[in-house]
Amino acid sequence: MSEFIASPWGAAIAIAGMMLVTFLCRIAGVVLMSHVRITPRVERGLRALPGSIILATILPVAIDNGWPALVALGAAIAVMTVTRIDLLGLAAGLGTLSVIRAFL
Amino acid sequence: MSLMSSSPRPFFSMAGFRYGARAAAPAFPGFIMFAVAFGTAAAQKGLSLAEVIGLSAFLYAGASQMVGLEIWQKVWTPTTIFTIVTVTAVVNSRMILLGATLQPWLRNEPIARNALNLFLITEAGWLIGTRYYNEGGRDVGVLLGAGVILWIVWQIATIVGFFAGALVPEPKTFGLDLVMPIFFSIMLVPLWKGARPALPWLVAGLVSFITHALLPGYGYIVAGALAGVIAGMLIE
Repeated sequence: MSEFIASPWGAAIAIAGMMLVTFLCRIAGVVLMSHVRITPRVERGLRALPGSIILATILPVAIDNGWPALVALGAAIAVMTVTRIDLLGLAAGLGTLSVIRAFL
Repeated sequence: MSLMSSSPRPFFSMAGFRYGARAAAPAFPGFIMFAVAFGTAAAQKGLSLAEVIGLSAFLYAGASQMVGLEIWQKVWTPTTIFTIVTVTAVVNSRMILLGATLQPWLRNEPIARNALNLFLITEAGWLIGTRYYNEGGRDVGVLLGAGVILWIVWQIATIVGFFAGALVPEPKTFGLDLVMPIFFSIMLVPLWKGARPALPWLVAGLVSFITHALLPGYGYIVAGALAGVIAGMLIE
């Protein structure tokens, strides 16, 4: 087996694989529901998934980047909570981070 | 059975398609915003235009595209390809639930049109379709119209974001290297339904952090997400 898969083939294979599993997820519900029922327990688990993915993805990245990153995320969440406008939340996060970095 | 409570059998019309495309307009700002952020982050990460368009056109699933960027490689090995495909499957497994709720509407549709409709399913398109269905509508064209127009908006906004991102000379100065975590943290806010439903998130974060500290690679995303799902199943 080769040690590595050179670009652009590696990228093409990765995208094809990602597309395939995503399409399977997209059709699985319709196919499954024709045969079985999703139990309340499984539904609770799936309901917890979006937030869990977000925390699992950003927490290690944020901690690796130190306190400026954590303060920036806090500012973004605070502005989003108050205004509910995602553009403002993003601007607050990016703005806070660039101000902190300008003074470091 | 009264006439009021009975909905017509599912059908497909181009009028419904046009209605769905118009009904999707409120979702445009969120789509544009997310896709521009993705295009920008991808350009910062060094992806080529072909790779970015490939992800947006064929994967067409924002959260997994963003998470995928975190794991994107310049040189791929079978292991890194397996990792990114696994993470993508975990992130998009929530779509199983979307499809499950659409089954009564789609069950008598031709397979090819179902395949296209489901390929284009996103949370936004699903929300628009479900709202229409719950109001008694049964035209499958509405779902397809929303899906098609949102896909087109997604492609255009991705390309705009890609070129905007490539123009910025010192991305770190503007915090753009962390645009993905910041955007994800914002998305947490509308998901918040109180402390109790968020307990699995905490479990996910902790497990992810510990896994990240102990193991190399990106397995921490899968480990954390699965821990969150298990916690969600256990907490009543």
